[in-house]
Amino acid sequence: MGVIVLLIIVSVFVAGGFLLAFLWSVKTGQMDDDYTPSVRILFDQNFDNDKNEEKKKLKISNKII
Amino acid sequence: MLTSCYHCGADCIETIQEEDKCFCCDGCKMVFKLLDENGLCQYYDLSEMPGMTAKGHFVNEKYNYLDNAAIQEQLIQFKLGDQAHVVFYLPQIHCVSCVWLLENLHKINPGIIQSQTHFEKKEIKIVFNPAVISLKQVVQLLAFVGYEPVIHLGGNDWLKKKKVNKKQLYKIGVAGFCFSNIMMLSFPEYLSNNALELGSLRHFFVYINLLLSLPVLFFSANGFFISAYTGLRQKWLNIDAPIALAITVTFTRSVYEILSQTGAGYLDSMSGIVFFMLIGRWFQDKSYDSFAFDRDYNSFFPLGVTVIEDNKEVNKPLAALVKLEIVLIRSDEMIPADAILLTEGALIDYSFVTGENAPIAVAVGQMVYAGGIQKGRAIQLEVVKPVGQSYITELWNSPVLKAEKNTEQSFVHPWSQYFTIVLFAIAIASGVYWSIYDTHKILPAVTAVLIVACPCSLLLTVTFTYGNVIRWLGRGKLYCKNAAVIEAIHKIDTIVFDKTGTLTNHEDTHLEYMGVVLSEKEMIAVKSVTRESLHPLSKMVTQFLLLEVADITSFQKIENFIGKGTKAICNEYEILVGSIAFLQSNGIKVNTTYEGSVVCLAINGIFKGVFKINHTYREGIALMITRFKCRGYHLHLLSGDHPTEKENLVKILGTDIPILFEQNPVDKLQYIERLQQQGHRVMMVGDGLNDAGALKKSNVGIAVTDQTHLFTPASDAILEGSEIKSLHELVFYAKKAKLIIVTIFILSIIYNIIGMYFATSARLSPMVAAILMPISSISIVALSALLSYAYSLKMSPKN
Repeated sequence: MGVIVLLIIVSVFVAGGFLLAFLWSVKTGQMDDDYTPSVRILFDQNFDNDKNEEKKKLKISNKII
Repeated sequence: MLTSCYHCGADCIETIQEEDKCFCCDGCKMVFKLLDENGLCQYYDLSEMPGMTAKGHFVNEKYNYLDNAAIQEQLIQFKLGDQAHVVFYLPQIHCVSCVWLLENLHKINPGIIQSQTHFEKKEIKIVFNPAVISLKQVVQLLAFVGYEPVIHLGGNDWLKKKKVNKKQLYKIGVAGFCFSNIMMLSFPEYLSNNALELGSLRHFFVYINLLLSLPVLFFSANGFFISAYTGLRQKWLNIDAPIALAITVTFTRSVYEILSQTGAGYLDSMSGIVFFMLIGRWFQDKSYDSFAFDRDYNSFFPLGVTVIEDNKEVNKPLAALVKLEIVLIRSDEMIPADAILLTEGALIDYSFVTGENAPIAVAVGQMVYAGGIQKGRAIQLEVVKPVGQSYITELWNSPVLKAEKNTEQSFVHPWSQYFTIVLFAIAIASGVYWSIYDTHKILPAVTAVLIVACPCSLLLTVTFTYGNVIRWLGRGKLYCKNAAVIEAIHKIDTIVFDKTGTLTNHEDTHLEYMGVVLSEKEMIAVKSVTRESLHPLSKMVTQFLLLEVADITSFQKIENFIGKGTKAICNEYEILVGSIAFLQSNGIKVNTTYEGSVVCLAINGIFKGVFKINHTYREGIALMITRFKCRGYHLHLLSGDHPTEKENLVKILGTDIPILFEQNPVDKLQYIERLQQQGHRVMMVGDGLNDAGALKKSNVGIAVTDQTHLFTPASDAILEGSEIKSLHELVFYAKKAKLIIVTIFILSIIYNIIGMYFATSARLSPMVAAILMPISSISIVALSALLSYAYSLKMSPKN
């Protein structure tokens, strides 16, 4: 039976960990905005564009050389 | 069929082509070009026609005041080395594209390091490098792409007020954690047949429970104790008093049982009810972040002004403006203080201050009043009164408006008092009963009564029902400030409407021509002349004629008299357009009785007719008015405008409604006051600064707004202009809240009777309490949601 005591203490501490995680998330403002992140995650990163910019930069540096 | 602008979706009257896209104006095209050059055209893929109409009036000098260091200090939240943080309110944010564009600003200008939007608050936080891009340039960029930040005299004070109440969330988190753990650890107690089965573990469980209940009592529930204490000090029992008592009794009895090893206590019920009640309060208070309900005049005036000193333009914070200084007001800027006009060309739109329809031409040397918006070219003014003492701000400072409103007690509080009295009666009765039959059971029975019958269910009913009703009203585009507004709506019997901007649509005006019918040639000539003038009325005439004829012809001679009219020779016609006085001064006999906003026309010395401005009434007004009348509401109409519209109004409103014209803000305020003195409870529906006093004074002030709530005066609720036709449905729905609360309260009384049966017979085991408590709480929450949803279906379907 003694092991139950140990397990319960462990489980309360594990749950306490989640409570701390929740308190931390409130403190750092993660609960302030519950809409925008859901929109933001769906934006495609425009990789083509970045590549084009890199090419442009390359061209410019080639010219300089 | 007109094509829609690729950028903003407005109808293109004069189409401007670029690549294969059509634009309504050069402004929209320029924004498109800028985005195109920076590879940001995904803006147009995310939603269709997401842009804001540029209307071609983008003024760069408008933001010169942002170069002033004192103003910058007020706005910039944090500045260190090459980083500065600033937060702006952008009411134009409305779709996914907005978020995307605003968060990609760094691609347009490398000086912007990062930008992050908050959709619901309509805010953007920008981190920029002040060495690369100035604050002014940041604002100019935002304004250019169509998101002009709202920067006002009050500065960013409102941002601080809006912080999420984090402490409430901490309390809910702690209560939830403790409640769920205590419940888990109570199961063995409930499920074992006798105490021996658990053995020494039993002590371990109850002591852990006791430990876990301490944070609930001292941290999560302290709000109830504080509120009950302050209530008692003012000598009245609020709803928190019996709740605090119940929590105390439950905890004390549990501690006694645990220490005397006679039982396991009711700690799970106690922490559970605290948890549910905290959620209820949070649910009710979570209202609309992006709306500002408490605006005073500070939020309407700009933060900075341009002052002319020694023939140089200097930017100054508005607060530093003093008497006799000379101010420069550009087109579309607001006059910050009462002043005397020094230069010509003033054409001031007072619609927001007085409710008058058309801009007024002011002659040099006359007074102009704070709150007016200049529509013509840039003018210079000499300040007569400091900002805080102008005509419009004095209204705000009057003591009538300082008083708090809706402070009377909610109808729930008296109920909770009766409840407390009945509760004590039952407790005493059961105590007396057991003192006769079995003295051992006195204490268990009395404490059990106090544990079971706490008015928690009443509090839960009220908080969840108001929370739900506020949300459903929000779907109907009526945004309430808080739950007290719903109770106030319940009591009103009189509704006062404003005309301009409330019953009529500010944006949507149409012209009417009355007089001799014009030939096509004449119309072309008149149009060609009016399109040369920048006067807003003249622009409207041009638009009006554009729908009739498309061609333009050249004119031989044109002379503009600013604020009066235009004289031109065009082909064989000599055209005079302008005010009545202008035509008369040119020796033309004008046979018209119209006053106010009209444009007169004379061709070749003969008076032809007038263009009259009509504000369109919003759709469905007549039906809404009838519905209110049917329910026996007293209706009134107060207008700041001239009585020219009276006939039309009577047609819509009927003859039995008092209609008053030429009411200034003070008149409106006093009218409401008189109604209240007659014992009426008044709801004021208005839109402008001229209604601000009346909105504040009335029992329920509803501000109507068309543009993304840029300019709503202080009010209790904000209604979108398009939904004024369903105002009656919204009001009737809000009145249903009380019915819902009463219904659910009956249910909770049934639960209480069941609980009382166990309690008075001294058989309330922790298990019965632990079952009854969540069942009653959850069923109350569910029923409240269900009933408020069911009644909301009666409101007309919204798309």
